[in-house]
Amino acid sequence: MIQGLAVLLVFQSLGEVVSRLIHGAVPGPVVGLLLLLAFLVARKQIAPSIGTAADGLLAHLSIFFIPAAVGVMLYAPTLARSGAAWGLAILCSTVAAIATTALVLRALSRREPPTVRGEPPSAPHETLSVPRESGTAPPQ
Amino acid sequence: MNARTTFPVGLENLAEIWVYLSATPLFGLTLTLVAYVLADAIYQRTNKFPLANPVLIAVTIIISVLTLSGTRYEAYFQGAQFVHFLLGTATVALAIPLARLWKELSERAIPLLVAMFAGATVSVAVAIGVARMLDAPPQMVASLLPKSVTAPIAMGIAEQIGGSPTLAAVFALSTGILGALIATPLLNALGVRDWSQRGFAVGVAAHGIGTARAYSVNPRAGAYASLGMGLHALLGALLLPWVAKLLL
Repeated sequence: MIQGLAVLLVFQSLGEVVSRLIHGAVPGPVVGLLLLLAFLVARKQIAPSIGTAADGLLAHLSIFFIPAAVGVMLYAPTLARSGAAWGLAILCSTVAAIATTALVLRALSRREPPTVRGEPPSAPHETLSVPRESGTAPPQ
Repeated sequence: MNARTTFPVGLENLAEIWVYLSATPLFGLTLTLVAYVLADAIYQRTNKFPLANPVLIAVTIIISVLTLSGTRYEAYFQGAQFVHFLLGTATVALAIPLARLWKELSERAIPLLVAMFAGATVSVAVAIGVARMLDAPPQMVASLLPKSVTAPIAMGIAEQIGGSPTLAAVFALSTGILGALIATPLLNALGVRDWSQRGFAVGVAAHGIGTARAYSVNPRAGAYASLGMGLHALLGALLLPWVAKLLL
């Protein structure tokens, strides 16, 4: 867990360095994500400690947005005045974007084998040799 | 410990302790975690009902506490910044579900990219169209343009194209929360049942908070959502400044 967290932080730091080098065109964490992905795909495996740390963080992804969202909500009174314009713009475009992306992807995925509803198919696509629920689930 | 902390604790001392505590990072950190635990309990108890979004509930609780106690956001953020910091680490961690799905993702690369382009284009076009129709000021229109991209990138883009980074962050986070609220009923109404299609659409349209919602519903949807968010973030950072030159 701590080892995994250390790896994540190392890649976050590398991401920050690269982000500075490209003048912040892409934020550090996104660069870090790409570097870590490239590293994992190149190694063809995920060390259990990295999997555990990532699963731990991602299980509660929502919490990390809270401090920024609190800050944003404090602008609500200022924004309320022009609320109709931006509120409607966001509502319409978010509905349109979700619908378009999903429908286009479905139209282009016709020949894909149908996915099992509910649970994801248990690892027919697993390329990396490490169990997906490292530590938590019993091996099947 | 200094000599001022004398017992028994009177009301003045309690007030003093409050003043002390509310000025330390402990307050903001504790408030954030407690609010999230409560919000998540409600979310789980309602069987992950979309309107019971944990970010929305936690933010409501925290703003109420801050308002009632007269605490400034800056004081709160002193503690909350530790949670905020981990957002970056959690973003890096999104590489793991993507690596697990790597083979499948590379086989589907073209449909995914085409769907992402379509969704991103519609998002920008509709947002700008509606805002213009309702006579939104130009600065607001420019800040709306990158709203479907994850907040830090949206802020950078808005700054480049004559928008306001603060407004851009407000719009991006509002989009994320809204996307998390409407995705489930909308996708049900459209009859989209495949977890990969559902997740990907939410990630493209509603970035991080949408992805958090997708993760909480289904791991496969979550992985596809993080892919949608990541692709949109990358291409948005590279292309949106050019799109803005054409449209604004």
